[in-house]
Amino acid sequence: MTIASTYEVALAMIVLGLAAWIITAQKSFAAAGGFVAYGLLLPLVWVRLGGIDVALAEAAIGGGLSGVLLLGAAARLGTTETAVVAERPGVLVRLLASVLSAFIALSLAAVVLLLPDPGPTLAPAAVENSAATGLGNPVTNVLMAFRAMDTLLEKVVLLLALIGIWSLVPDRFWGGRPGMRHEADPRGVLAFLARLLPPLGIVIGLYVLWVGADHPGGAFQGGTILAAMWLLVMMAGLMDAPPISRRWLRLTLIAGPGIFLVVGLGGLWLGNAFLAYPSAYAKPLIVAIELAMTLTVAATLGLLMAGVPERRA
Amino acid sequence: MSAAFNIMTIIAVSAGAFFFFAGTIGLLRFPDTLTRLHALTKADNLGLGFVVLGLLLQAPSIRDGLKLVAVWLLVLLAGATVSQLIARIARQDGASG
Amino acid sequence: MNAAVVFGLCGAIAIGLGLYGLITNPQPLRKILAFNLLGSGAFLFFGVVARRGAAVGLGGDPVPQALVITGIVVAFAATALAVALLLRLFEMTGAATIRADTRSSPADDPEA
Repeated sequence: MTIASTYEVALAMIVLGLAAWIITAQKSFAAAGGFVAYGLLLPLVWVRLGGIDVALAEAAIGGGLSGVLLLGAAARLGTTETAVVAERPGVLVRLLASVLSAFIALSLAAVVLLLPDPGPTLAPAAVENSAATGLGNPVTNVLMAFRAMDTLLEKVVLLLALIGIWSLVPDRFWGGRPGMRHEADPRGVLAFLARLLPPLGIVIGLYVLWVGADHPGGAFQGGTILAAMWLLVMMAGLMDAPPISRRWLRLTLIAGPGIFLVVGLGGLWLGNAFLAYPSAYAKPLIVAIELAMTLTVAATLGLLMAGVPERRA
Repeated sequence: MSAAFNIMTIIAVSAGAFFFFAGTIGLLRFPDTLTRLHALTKADNLGLGFVVLGLLLQAPSIRDGLKLVAVWLLVLLAGATVSQLIARIARQDGASG
Repeated sequence: MNAAVVFGLCGAIAIGLGLYGLITNPQPLRKILAFNLLGSGAFLFFGVVARRGAAVGLGGDPVPQALVITGIVVAFAATALAVALLLRLFEMTGAATIRADTRSSPADDPEA
C-alpha cells in the first residue's frame, strides 16, 4: 500500500461516512450541512481521478450552490419535521429497500472490478482533433466543439427549469421579484463582505472563464462564481432581486443559448453542418459563445437560487 | 537546495496539519458555540497559513505563489465574516434562551 | 488497488446509500438530498471510466469528464425545481409531505 493509495482509501471512507450521515441524520438541517461538506470533499476525489475541471464544477455547483439551496429549504421546512417523520415506512419496507440497495451497489461494484483492461478511450481522438479549435484544454474542446450540441441543449434545460420555477408563482405576483427582501445591518459584517468580495469575485470568475481555454476552468465554473457574487449582494440587502418581467433580465437569460444557436445555424448556412465552426474563426467564435454563456449561466443560476416570485415588482 | 526546500515544506505542512487537528479537537470538545468558533478560526487560519507557507516553497513561479497567498487571504476573510455572523446569532440565542 | 477501483467502489456504495435514502426517508427534502447523493455516485462512475481512459499524456479521457460537468449543472437545475415545488407545496398546504390523504385543505388564496 503506497502513500497515495492509503490516502485514496482514507478519502473514500470519509466520503462514504458523510454519505451515510446524510441519509441517517435526524434533522434535515444537519443532513443538508453534511451535504455541503460532502460536496466540498468530492472535488478531492475528482482531483485524484484527474478531472480538475469537474472538481471545480462540483465544488462550485454541487457543494456551494446546491448546499445553499438545500440549507435554505431545510431551514424553512424546519417546523414540519416531526409531523412527517412519523410516516417512516415499516420494517419490512426498510428491509426490502436495503436488500435492493445492497444488490444494486454490489452489482455496480462487480462492474467496476470487471471493467476491460485497458479501457476504451477517446483521448487520442480528442487530442488529434484539437487543432481544429486551437484551444489547449481538452475538456473545453469537448464541451464547446466536439459535443457542442450537448452544451447548447444544456443551456436550454437550465432555462426550462427556470421557467418551471417561475410557473409556480401565484397569479397576483406574476412578473414580481423572487424571494423576500433581505435586510442586513448596513454597517454589519455581511454588508461589509458584500462590498469587499464581489469586485474580487468578478475578477476571479472572469479569470476562470478566460483561463479555461488552455487550463482547467471554463464558462460554467466562472459563471457560478459570478452568480455567487450576485447572490451575496442580494443576501446582504445591498441590491434587491430584479423583477422577472424586466426585459434586460430576459435578454441576459437568452443571450447564451441565443448566440450559440445563431453560430450553429451560421455553421449550417456557411459551413457543412450545424455548429460547424469555420476553422479560421473557431477560437474567436468559441470565446464569444463562452462569454455569452457565462453571463447567461450566472443569471440563470442566480435566479434558480432566488426561487419563486413572492412580491409584486 | 531543493532538498532543503522539501524538508521545510514537510515541516510546514505538518505544522499546518497539527493546527487543523487541534482545531478539530476543539470543535468536538469545547462546551459551547463561541468557544468552538474560537478554536476553529484560530486553528484553521494558522493551519492553512502553514500549509500555504509550505507550498510556497514548491511553487514554480512568483505568480503561482501569489495565487496561493490570495487563497489564504480569501479563506481568512470568509472565515472571519462567517464566525462573526454565527457568533452574533449564538449570543442572541444565548441571551434569549 | 489504484484510484479508479477505489473510487469506483466508493461511487457504487454512494449509489446504494442514495437509493436506500430515497426509498425510506419520508421527508421530500431528504429524498432530494438522497437523489443528489445517487447522482454524485453515478458521476463518480463516469470519472472512473474517464480515469481508465488516460492516454496520450492526458490525466483522463475528456469526453466523460465533459459529460459529468453537463450532468452536474443539469442536476442542480433539477434540484432547484424540486425544492421550489416542495416549498410551494408547503406554502399551499402547510405540510411538507407527499402522502395524499394527510394533506390539509389548501390554506391560502383562491387565486393561487
